[in-house]
Amino acid sequence: MKQEQIDQYSRALFSALRSQSAIDPLTQSEPDMTIEDAYEISLGLMNLRIAEGEKVIGKKIGVTSKAVQNMLNVHQPDFGYLTDQMVYANGETLPVSTQMIAPRAEGEIAFVLKRDLAGPGITNAAVIAATECVMPCFEIVDSRIRDWKIAIQDTVADNASCGFFVLGDRAVSPRLVDLSTCGMVVEKNGQIISTGAGAAALGSPLNCVAWLANTLGRYGMTLKAGEVILSGSLVPLEPVSAGDYMRVDIGGIGSASVRFA
Amino acid sequence: MSLSKEQIAALAEHLENAELNASAVKKITDDYPDMDFRDAYNVQYEIRRRKEARGTRIIGMKMGLTSRAKMEQMGVDTPIYGFLADYFERAESGEISVKDLIHPKVEAEIAFVTKSPLGGPGCNAAQVIAATDFIMPAVEVIDSRYENFRFDLVSVIADNASSSRFFTGGQVLAPMSTDMRTIGVVLEKNGQVMEVGASAAVLGNPATAIAMLANQLAERDEKIPAGSIILSGAITAAIPVEAGDNVTLRAHGMGSVSMRFV
Repeated sequence: MKQEQIDQYSRALFSALRSQSAIDPLTQSEPDMTIEDAYEISLGLMNLRIAEGEKVIGKKIGVTSKAVQNMLNVHQPDFGYLTDQMVYANGETLPVSTQMIAPRAEGEIAFVLKRDLAGPGITNAAVIAATECVMPCFEIVDSRIRDWKIAIQDTVADNASCGFFVLGDRAVSPRLVDLSTCGMVVEKNGQIISTGAGAAALGSPLNCVAWLANTLGRYGMTLKAGEVILSGSLVPLEPVSAGDYMRVDIGGIGSASVRFA
Repeated sequence: MSLSKEQIAALAEHLENAELNASAVKKITDDYPDMDFRDAYNVQYEIRRRKEARGTRIIGMKMGLTSRAKMEQMGVDTPIYGFLADYFERAESGEISVKDLIHPKVEAEIAFVTKSPLGGPGCNAAQVIAATDFIMPAVEVIDSRYENFRFDLVSVIADNASSSRFFTGGQVLAPMSTDMRTIGVVLEKNGQVMEVGASAAVLGNPATAIAMLANQLAERDEKIPAGSIILSGAITAAIPVEAGDNVTLRAHGMGSVSMRFV
């Protein structure tokens, strides 16, 4: 795709984000769009946000579960950018009715890095060595594409459908938890709606972070010390609306909660 | 309805033969549409009595329909139970012969081993924890004796809640120092992750399933004896297995247990 078209789609997504009005899938008008094109659009979108004062503080990894990979017919994850304007405090109220289009909550494990991770060649062990702590996390994803009718290119261009995120009440060294088997319990309005375990994300959340470091490394990008990395959902996505209260508990790590208004 | 003694004996023999010969039968409610819960448990207890009369020991119990999804699917608001006979158990890292089974499936569970008796009514999760010696990871092999796993509630109770084989192992844990809601499990077949979940999938906490068992048994004036092993209910969906499959369960803080199907 030409730079001109890429810029045009970045602006369309930016405007959809700011006005909370969804647009048609980009792949509908651009059936030949590649995943590389989509990442260019995503970067353009992020630059528009940065120009308005947002600051990138990390990355998110998406499309990490077999179910979502099969749905999108891809066999690799994707990533988006996290900014300082996407964070809500644990237990805080997130105004979904004025800020989001079709929000869905995902329970995840967040990594906070203490050292840079520059791929290729990043192993699980390197991820553990570079991680300050892991934390329980809710990611509230949203799609600026109408009715979530996304192909992989659509979600990549739309910053991996990222919305907001909430970090939980505890931070634990990754040396103290088996991240592949730790269990996750998600409650909505006091009722358990799903359970999962670390292995739901590419076999282990460590694999997800290693994938991201190695993928970015090919483009000369580095995961930086201090960055927050959301490693991918361990449970099915749950639609949420104003009035809902959600809580996630992760074995050996802690819990996080969020209210929606 | 209540079945006559003769009808119960005949149904028990019919279902036990299906198990022992590994041949599927039609669900029994096709012929006895008015059977109720009590009839169904009477059939199950008659199968149990037949086995004990031949020298088989009953070593514990299993809970079934412990997830909200399964209860809704079957239209009930309580789980069901079955018994575990001594020959259901297989040593970890061993083999299970599928020749002896009809259409086996495996599920990830937490097993409780008791150190003191548990009785209802009024049994609660705290009493379960106090009476539990330790918990351990378990894989239950279920094998409905009904064609295509097609059954209703009454039929499955009579069929000993599809109980057939199980294996346990790994690292045992004391329930006192374990968060029994967030134990994650990863069920793998032939090296591939098939199912994941956390223990809260069992009624919010598997200890609750054991308390319900004690309370349900009280209706028949029975207790859970000390030294019993109890499979508390499936955390994951059941996955079919066949000869040649290797199944491994990994559980958070509890190591792993594996088995070959031959």
